[in-house]
Amino acid sequence: MRYPLILLVLVLVVWQALYLLVGDVALRSPGTTVENLGRLLSDASFLPHVRETLLAFAQGFAIALVVGLLIGLPLGAARFAGEVAEPILVALYSIPKVTLYPVILLIFGIGMPAKVAFGAIHGIVPISIFAMNAVRNINPTHLRTARAMRLSPFALTTKILVPAALPEIVTGIRVGFALALIGTLLGEMFGSQRGVGHLLMQAMSLHNIERILALTLLLVVFAAGVSGILLALDHRLHRRTS
Amino acid sequence: MIVWTRILVIAGAVAALEILCRTGVIPNFTVIPPSAMAQSLWTILASGKFTPDIAATLTNVGMAIAASMVVGVAAGTILQSWPAARRTLDPLFATYYAVPMYAFYPLLIVIFGLGDLPQVAIGFLLAVLAVIINTLNGLDRVPAVLLKTARVHGLGFFQTAIRIRLPCAAPYVFTGFKLAVAYSFIGVVGAEFITSSRGIGYEISFAYNNFDNPVMYAMILFILLLVITVNMSLHVWEKRLLARRRRA
Repeated sequence: MRYPLILLVLVLVVWQALYLLVGDVALRSPGTTVENLGRLLSDASFLPHVRETLLAFAQGFAIALVVGLLIGLPLGAARFAGEVAEPILVALYSIPKVTLYPVILLIFGIGMPAKVAFGAIHGIVPISIFAMNAVRNINPTHLRTARAMRLSPFALTTKILVPAALPEIVTGIRVGFALALIGTLLGEMFGSQRGVGHLLMQAMSLHNIERILALTLLLVVFAAGVSGILLALDHRLHRRTS
Repeated sequence: MIVWTRILVIAGAVAALEILCRTGVIPNFTVIPPSAMAQSLWTILASGKFTPDIAATLTNVGMAIAASMVVGVAAGTILQSWPAARRTLDPLFATYYAVPMYAFYPLLIVIFGLGDLPQVAIGFLLAVLAVIINTLNGLDRVPAVLLKTARVHGLGFFQTAIRIRLPCAAPYVFTGFKLAVAYSFIGVVGAEFITSSRGIGYEISFAYNNFDNPVMYAMILFILLLVITVNMSLHVWEKRLLARRRRA
């Protein structure tokens, strides 16, 4: 617990120092920003935007999770198909998906479905890559033991497959979570009239630094918080199996 | 066998898209046929209309990669021999990629002005951590006996880093390099989308706003082919390097 605390203090010190360096043109102090964020959160007209973003993100992430697992798990089980698909998946992972944004907008139009789709396409690939490797790396000795002990398919799934593959899958979910959030926000920045991403874009064009910083702080705290929880879960699962 | 199946799968997907577009199942104002994309791309590249944009994007990506490699390898080397700092920064590293980096873009514009630097900075910020993490990963695996040998020969910190640690960690640093390339493209092109006055990302969003599908799809195809080609070449190069290492 000591190290995260030191880190927090460090970040605040650097932020404050940067503020003293560049001044009010580009930054606000940490204290003022927290104050601004508090004011923003108590503003009734702001909450619908947060709800909109959360809703879009939840849907996009859910789609990414289901589709990612549906792609990744079978590819992990079928070695040949997995070998064929892996470089394709890796290539899809590394392309700048922002460039596909106009395509998504042309297909779905401006609004909720486009944001959901954009969040989903960011999350699907990492989740499927991790799920594929999770299944592929299951220790073959475990599978042979299961066969020797004549486990039923149900017992095989609950006793061997899930516990063995789960840690890697959770890692994939963690990465997919982060990317789906980024995707949703990018979607809102380019093609939406509502949501936190839209507000951020608006604040950018109005050069409203207070707004920009308050929203950035909100996003960072949310992303780091949830990802911290997932990370703790991830570590615990990995420790248990190793 | 695997490679041929892969080519077949990709060719099949492209052919399916072509047929769906040609038969009008997918209307042309949504997606144009792949053959039309390729044709339009050829015309654009031959005319040289977007050469300055392509050059601008590639320069920015190049700067982001170079900066992230230099800073990333240096930071990784320092952190590896400074455990307290490493443990302090660990939570930051773990949550780093969960933070939407584009949220800092407005701030970077204010700090660096409206030129190319904010785009480079986004690419750098995305890429640098991948380099740091992979450098650390590689340095952690340097055999202790080599470090002992270095001590016996009285090598200093800098000498040990240059002669022993970094060469040993090279395969991992290369993985970091591959990621740095991918992230730099993502960062720079994404930033060009948000605000900029030139670059491939800018031209795509400009064409989108003007309903200019042939140009838009041509440039999207261009950036996708470019990134995939670069990644594949790095992959082949890496395999060759590793093979040579194993023989030595």
